[in-house]
Amino acid sequence: MEGGVGLGRAVSTREHVLPLDDFAQASSLGAHLAALEGRSVVLFVRDMAKAAAALIDLDGWARRIMLCPPGWTPAQLAAVVGEAEANGLVYDGDDAPPIAMPLAAPCGLPLRPLKTARAASRETEWILPTSGTSGPPKLVVHTLRTLTGAIPPATSQQWATFYDIRRYGGLQIFLRALAGRGSLTLAGIDESIDAFLIRLGRAGVTHISGTPSHWRKVLMSAEARRIDPACVRLSGEIADDAVLAALRTLYPRARIEHAYASTEAGVAFAVDDGKAGFPAAWLENEGAVRMRIVDGALQLRSDRAALRFLGAGAAALADEEGFVDTGDMVERRGDRLFFLGRRGGIINVGGAKVHPEEVEAALNAHAAVRASRVFARKNAITGALVVADVVLRDAHASEAGLEREILASCRARLPAHMTPARLRFVADLPMTGAGKLARHG
Amino acid sequence: MSARSMILDEIRAVAAEHDRTLARLTDELPLLDSGLDSLCFAVLVARLEDSTGLDPFAAAGTARYPKTIGDLIAFYDEVLV
Repeated sequence: MEGGVGLGRAVSTREHVLPLDDFAQASSLGAHLAALEGRSVVLFVRDMAKAAAALIDLDGWARRIMLCPPGWTPAQLAAVVGEAEANGLVYDGDDAPPIAMPLAAPCGLPLRPLKTARAASRETEWILPTSGTSGPPKLVVHTLRTLTGAIPPATSQQWATFYDIRRYGGLQIFLRALAGRGSLTLAGIDESIDAFLIRLGRAGVTHISGTPSHWRKVLMSAEARRIDPACVRLSGEIADDAVLAALRTLYPRARIEHAYASTEAGVAFAVDDGKAGFPAAWLENEGAVRMRIVDGALQLRSDRAALRFLGAGAAALADEEGFVDTGDMVERRGDRLFFLGRRGGIINVGGAKVHPEEVEAALNAHAAVRASRVFARKNAITGALVVADVVLRDAHASEAGLEREILASCRARLPAHMTPARLRFVADLPMTGAGKLARHG
Repeated sequence: MSARSMILDEIRAVAAEHDRTLARLTDELPLLDSGLDSLCFAVLVARLEDSTGLDPFAAAGTARYPKTIGDLIAFYDEVLV
């Protein structure tokens, strides 16, 4: 992995500017870089620009890099050090080392000059921990080759993302920006969406990626028109027609695409016809990504998939034929396939199965609704009922009569058992660190 | 508002939302003949819990279920006193 030379490109957060031209002779790890060669390194920093610098420093140099997601505690780090066979730590130079390790290197910006140019040569393993709903994270093994399989040849796009680059969705954008000839703008620690949009406008960003939840926040922001993107990319959650149409109205000149990828299965495809779902004919494609549906769930096979899960006794990542089960349920309607939701997220209403995401799509289709979160409520008669929290487009709208009206429009679209029994109007919906709607708690 | 009028109002509201035709609501009317299906009952119980803070079905377990409209009203009357 190389920074461009002489192009003036940079990775910027609010706090730091990381010039990509300087990497040939400089490092965020200074004199510590030499000792990290060939080691299995855990990367535990707060600032995303430092994470970016350390990734460029360590790829091809370390045997293995484990990217700790933002907000991890030292205890979470300590719990995976053994499985990762870590024998090196890169920590934020503004902090104390989070845990004791045989070799601990502080990461700092600006870059410090190197006495001798490095000759990176090995194929480094990139380890991405995925957060399960319970239990320890699974450690997903990629390499630069699997991570960049879907990235087009160099372009002059000016990228930004609402994601953190230490998770798969954000890492894709980081690697896209590096492969191209443009720069990358990233969020600062705890930076508000309004402040970030203002910064993106000033940076002249052309391509922006985030989850539908991120984009719904943009749609609710008074600063949404600070940016005038050529490309709006959604991934990480199901993009419904409502959010796609709202973005089309807000950014009429943008190409609006929703991409499907998972940490385990890699990037599968991007859809840019402005509609939810994807063409069923793609199941027959014999290109780089093969798809099939088994028991309603999408399975993928491609050379962008991760290599394996790390750790003794870890489950197999793919079946004997190389297909990865995504756990995402799909349904065919006409000539299109639609995502229904996660296999594990189903609500059972008196024996009938409900995907929360499907109900959310119906709620979000109502003109007054900006975002919604559907969940189960225990019920003595049917075991569970569907209920929902709803964020209105107009925070000052009168809620009187609106519950009835929104539910009536849901009933016109959905079977009775899928229509929420109750709505609760809320100002905001909780998001996970990965920018997805928080479904638990 | 008495439990009776609250429950009858809510039954009518749920039936209307679910396009159900209700039988005449007398105390003797068996719930299974009322025109509400089990989903309607589930919604009714949830709505009544929201307005009263109580769910006598959850409290009773499956030991005894009301059989008629009159039973249902008595069921709530017992816990609402």
